[in-house]
Amino acid sequence: METILMQVFNGISLSSILLLAAIGLAITFGLMGVINMAHGEFMMIGAYTAYVVQNLFKDSPAFGAYVPVAIVASFVVAAALGLVLEKLVICRLYGRTEDSLLVTWGVSLILQQAARNIFGASNVGVEVPEYMMGSLQIGGVYLPYTRIWILVIAIVSLVAVYVLMFRTRWGRNIRAVMQNRQMASSLGVNTRRVDGVTFAFGCGLAGLAGCTLTWIGLIGSGLGQNYIVNAFMTVVVGGVGSIFGSVFGAGFIGIGQSAFEFLTDASMGQVLIFVCIVILLQFKPKGLFETHNRSLED
Amino acid sequence: MTKKKSYTWVVAAVVFVVLAVLPFVLPMFRVSLIAKYMCFAIVALGLDMIWGYTGIMSLGHGVYFGLGAYVMAMYLKLEASGGGLPDFMTWSGFDSLPFWWVPFGNAGFAFAMVVVVPVLVAVVIGLLTFLNRIRGVYFTILSQALAMILSVLLIGCQQYTGGSNGLTDFDTLLGFSLDASSTKLALYYATLAVLIALFCLCTFLVGRRVGKILIAIRDSENRVRFTGYNTAFFKVFVYALSAAIAGIAGALYVSQVGIITPSDVAVSPSIEMIIWVAIGGKGTLAGPILGALLVNGVKTFASESFPDLWSYGLGLVCVLVILFLPGGLMSIKDVPARFRAWRQAKSGGAVPTPELGEEGGQA
Repeated sequence: METILMQVFNGISLSSILLLAAIGLAITFGLMGVINMAHGEFMMIGAYTAYVVQNLFKDSPAFGAYVPVAIVASFVVAAALGLVLEKLVICRLYGRTEDSLLVTWGVSLILQQAARNIFGASNVGVEVPEYMMGSLQIGGVYLPYTRIWILVIAIVSLVAVYVLMFRTRWGRNIRAVMQNRQMASSLGVNTRRVDGVTFAFGCGLAGLAGCTLTWIGLIGSGLGQNYIVNAFMTVVVGGVGSIFGSVFGAGFIGIGQSAFEFLTDASMGQVLIFVCIVILLQFKPKGLFETHNRSLED
Repeated sequence: MTKKKSYTWVVAAVVFVVLAVLPFVLPMFRVSLIAKYMCFAIVALGLDMIWGYTGIMSLGHGVYFGLGAYVMAMYLKLEASGGGLPDFMTWSGFDSLPFWWVPFGNAGFAFAMVVVVPVLVAVVIGLLTFLNRIRGVYFTILSQALAMILSVLLIGCQQYTGGSNGLTDFDTLLGFSLDASSTKLALYYATLAVLIALFCLCTFLVGRRVGKILIAIRDSENRVRFTGYNTAFFKVFVYALSAAIAGIAGALYVSQVGIITPSDVAVSPSIEMIIWVAIGGKGTLAGPILGALLVNGVKTFASESFPDLWSYGLGLVCVLVILFLPGGLMSIKDVPARFRAWRQAKSGGAVPTPELGEEGGQA
């Protein structure tokens, strides 16, 4: 019983990490149609930002206060760099999905090498503040606080994305531009600005995800590479274009993978979940939550 | 059209002649490197068939390259261990060869499997995806995951595949020492011959009706379907064809480089393969060959001289080529004309409307 509970928690925890990694992608890839291969590198940027912030707080008595600062800083830094990338490169690539993949892959190479030059080739780690150490004990089950925090942050970001996209003027403009660019433009929406802000927002969410990853592992230039494929799979399983499909995509992959890993081993677990995804796509070729549209070509 | 064709032939002929002459002027060490680039050029050729001509971007061709290479490596490993157990199996505590390794001791069987295994995998994956009309980005991302899965599997099944160290330490191929210059030279020319033969095959296919249908699928798949063609069949065919080509390239690669590891078949190398095609010029057959040779040549040169700068260089070239030279190196000849057109458009006051792309009107 306790093992089962523990596994369920592991699955939910993995899902929350995937969700954090994928929710930014759901915006840049799902809504804007840009395959941002550098998304993982924006997670890396967020992680390194958290590392820098932590170093600033190292000798201060209020060390524990670095966490909220790091969360905000990692979002802001990643979003700012995302905005620069959009203005320089991505803005030329709307409607050219494959090209956007190749270009952003080139960008990811540059960012990784830059990280190696700035922070050195070896991995670094951050120190978790005292209040995040240890585990919550329920019966015989130990739930690490760091994982619970990540779960909470994932839920908060999800709610924030919901409010922003569906309850504000900005969100309405974003959705309008993504659904019908010409119509939105002719109704007075500044599409160029909306593109920039949307892409920056997606990158900022990646930075936030990277920040949370520092609590459960080391930071290196290849950090993003470990998550990028699964993050894309999460969006595909959820349904490209549906932000909230990603929640179910993350749940499907996260819980499935940790269950398979428990029943077999780490590598077989990944193979089995891939097989499951292929089977799922047989019945739902456009993901769990297909966005309906009447055009034939896609 | 004929002009374009003859241009491709000229580029290809120059490349092949240079490749044929190089062993006479370069030291043996360099010749082996160029042989390696030629293997990559073969993969790029196959990728161009599926991406450049059919419009399906596969980010998982490292899988088929890897399958071909591992099949060949199994044979070479068995030949090297001379009837005994491969070294890594002894370390994992095996007493006897796993049953599915046994047939790979036979050269004929192994050589056949170099093509059969990638084709089988490609047909299964192709049927599962293309029959259900999983296409576009969905297929791209699925194929990328496939590359990740294969490398995870190879590392995970360490006792059967050598894990992350891969398969290495080969001695002989069909009894000829792999270290001998004569063997190396023979393999070099064998690789060149395969490259030329496959180039001719692909050129032949592209000119035939099947090639026209592939191009039609790229340009408007639905119209092809409505005209009564089963597009899934053609897509599976071209996927299997490019997988077979990649498998052959992998087998030639491992015989000459002497090692294959899971990191050679993972996600990043698979994307690099696509980059060679993009930089060379997709949809031209000669372009990808040129792209693979040049990119890898510069890569070796740069990693020897300034190892840190290579990633910046490749990243930057990748960004610049896609943004400003979408046709790749093969379209350099069009640049003056494009520049003139651009200047004319500017002075003529024609306003380009890049904002209203193809996605513009869709709900």
